[in-house]
Amino acid sequence: MRITSLFAGLFLATTAVAETPVLTIYTYDSFVSDWGPGPAVEAAFEATCGCDLQMVGTGDGAALLARLKLEGSRTDADIVMGLDTNLTAAAADTGLFDPTSVTANYAVPGGWDDPLFVPFDWGYFAFVQNVGLQSPKNFRALADSDLKIVIQDPRSSTPGLGLLMWVKAAYGNDAADIWADLSDNIVTVTAGWSEAYGMFLEGEADMVLSYTTSPAYHTIAEGDASKSFAVFDEGHYMQIEVAGKLASSDQSALADQFLQFMVSDTFQSIIPTTNWMFPAVTPAAGLPEKFPKALSAAQSLIFSPREAADLRNVALAEWQAVLSQ
Amino acid sequence: MAGSIITITLRNILGGAVLAALLIFSIGTAAAVAMRGQGLGVLGVADWSAVRFTLWQACLSAGLSVGIAIPVSRALARQSFIGRQTLITLLGAPFILPVIVGVLGLLAVFGRAGWISGMLTWAGFAKLSIYGAPGVILAHVFFNLPLATRFLLQGWGSVPTERFRVAHSLAASPWAYFRLIEWPVLRSVIPGAFLLVFLLCLTSFAVALAVGGGPKGTTIELAIYQAFRLDFDLGKAASLAVVQFSLCGGLAILAFLVPLPQTDGLGLDRLPQRLDASAHRAADAFWIAIAAAFLIFPLGAIFLRGVGYIPDLPHQVIAASLTSTLIALTPTLVCITMALSLALAFARRGKLARSLAEGIGVLGLATSPLVVGTGLFLIIFPYAHPMTFAVPITASVNAMMALPFALRVLMPAVRDTYADYLQLRSSLNITRWVWLSWIVLPRLRRPLGFAAGLAVALSMGDLGVIALFADPDLQTLPLMLYRLMGAYQMDQAAAVAVVLVIQSLALFWIFDRGGQGYVRSK
Repeated sequence: MRITSLFAGLFLATTAVAETPVLTIYTYDSFVSDWGPGPAVEAAFEATCGCDLQMVGTGDGAALLARLKLEGSRTDADIVMGLDTNLTAAAADTGLFDPTSVTANYAVPGGWDDPLFVPFDWGYFAFVQNVGLQSPKNFRALADSDLKIVIQDPRSSTPGLGLLMWVKAAYGNDAADIWADLSDNIVTVTAGWSEAYGMFLEGEADMVLSYTTSPAYHTIAEGDASKSFAVFDEGHYMQIEVAGKLASSDQSALADQFLQFMVSDTFQSIIPTTNWMFPAVTPAAGLPEKFPKALSAAQSLIFSPREAADLRNVALAEWQAVLSQ
Repeated sequence: MAGSIITITLRNILGGAVLAALLIFSIGTAAAVAMRGQGLGVLGVADWSAVRFTLWQACLSAGLSVGIAIPVSRALARQSFIGRQTLITLLGAPFILPVIVGVLGLLAVFGRAGWISGMLTWAGFAKLSIYGAPGVILAHVFFNLPLATRFLLQGWGSVPTERFRVAHSLAASPWAYFRLIEWPVLRSVIPGAFLLVFLLCLTSFAVALAVGGGPKGTTIELAIYQAFRLDFDLGKAASLAVVQFSLCGGLAILAFLVPLPQTDGLGLDRLPQRLDASAHRAADAFWIAIAAAFLIFPLGAIFLRGVGYIPDLPHQVIAASLTSTLIALTPTLVCITMALSLALAFARRGKLARSLAEGIGVLGLATSPLVVGTGLFLIIFPYAHPMTFAVPITASVNAMMALPFALRVLMPAVRDTYADYLQLRSSLNITRWVWLSWIVLPRLRRPLGFAAGLAVALSMGDLGVIALFADPDLQTLPLMLYRLMGAYQMDQAAAVAVVLVIQSLALFWIFDRGGQGYVRSK
């Protein structure tokens, strides 16, 4: 008797779940972690969509793209969220993405116009330091100084690749010389952001490659105003993080609904103090106090996705050759 | 000859099944990746320089770890002192540390802002800089010296007390001691210990990079990473995996070619007791102090860094801790079953068959987690949703990674037991069941406990098979640690590291001690 009712309950529960549409989003791991934007985003969207939002975290942006390539059009994902513009050319080339019609009043410096991808946040790479340290004004000054830095490997880390592009965007054909001059400032090159940032916090280096928003984390979340970043006069390279809808999705309308939600005030207000990036659309309430200011368009360096894809291997070979000596 | 006919018994079927599973997990997954990449890719200049660096650092790290482990383990085997057992348990710790935690612990002592640099600058000298080759070697020795020491200790423990008594009563010279008693032990243990440490260093990449100072420290594993992430060149990833297998295979052949000494003469089957302890007290104290300091200072730094933040940890840590334990216990059971099956099936076979079985057994360590994960994904994906296999896949891969250790511990023990007691079995006409439960298993209790301890600790520290099979609702301690770090929460991450180390050590200790119960109750 009891077992029968248990079975009936289970059966009913399964049917109920089966009737709720499921929207599957592949994203990077730190987005879905308990300390990232994931939980708040999921609750907010599920409150309005009448659906089950499932976010699957996979490493970082590059791992995300590799996973998508492995799965191809048989993927369960309806949306991929968390690629940056260094990856979008390769992502577009897979032919797996459908155009979207999402529009918004983007606060991304330089504007945004792409048929396939919708931005959800962005940031500037920068060297983070302790307040009081005499900041170098650019890469040349950094290379001439005795300051020690920790950076990330472009082959295994998104910020590492961002730094590679930064030096290339600022110095073009002189990039190799800059790297050669920087080599005695580099304490070490770590596999990921966490190792590098951890080493910096433990005092292993004067500066670490991170984001302009990193000091804001310490100020806002920890009440610790001891960190700042060095403003470089050649400008700062940008990272724009985007999402796209997969052509193979069986929840196309729901996916469109999510992408529109992604640029809404609700989603965008969650971003600054959970993902510690600039929201793609400035929320009505503005940015949190103590958040850094955006730089001028001239100071915001970025390659187009196609340029970035074409330059990457050259820049990487250059970097590897110079630093391996 | 009757002995050469392979009899079909349960033991052989089990042993064969384990070998087949290992081949699928290692070479099968690499083949799946190669097929998807339309054949093996061509390796470039940068790849070959990564191969050279990998080989160089793995040889040096393994050589140093095992070389230093010889006097350290002998000192630990010879002397008895307060805290000896604790020190031996702590030897299990570096091995299970997530790389990033271990590196930060080492840097707290040896880094530019570390304790030694602090003392040097106070005394007016320049800061210590270990980045580059010295850092890589230092880190690998830190991670692997304790493991090598444990393996060698296992070897010292296999010498019957009677042999020391005879030597003692004959007033044997130190040279005679070494030649007649110690050298045969070392010769039988060193090749295996060297091979294991070499393989651990072969597939590591975050350590070499973090303290290597730059892209000079590019290992094969990093090249595989690059082939996947940046170039999506599966053919090249598979080629690099083949290079890893070849290096592993080549070294395994060399290691197993070393002739094993005959087990000559059976003792009274008790815990060895060395009678030459007092003669070597000073030298032994030196080695124990060096090793203990090298081990305890970085571990202490990790402990001090995190312990204060444990009360601040979010409640998720309890669930993560339970998940980690459950996820670690399953592969331990699988691993021990596999190792025992292989050892029982092959321990009595000829040298060639046994070497082959041991060689295939260590393949798990020569595999790149990225290639295994991707290969399994490619094999499963056409038929089912990979995420539904998250737990069994994680368990099997962890079991396979831990198998080489368990096998290295169990194979000699099984072989010795057979060599020592098989005549007893035939002369008394003992049934198979009595033989296994009364004679073989009690004698294997110590190695079984040690092997299970290693397997459980290894599985606890492991991140699981990479993200491809990640179940979003399943959070383990290492995953929580990485996520906290990724979210700037370095203090809480340090606290999770302390929880992880304590929990892994506790599990390691329970199994390891469980195995010693029989010997202790003498």
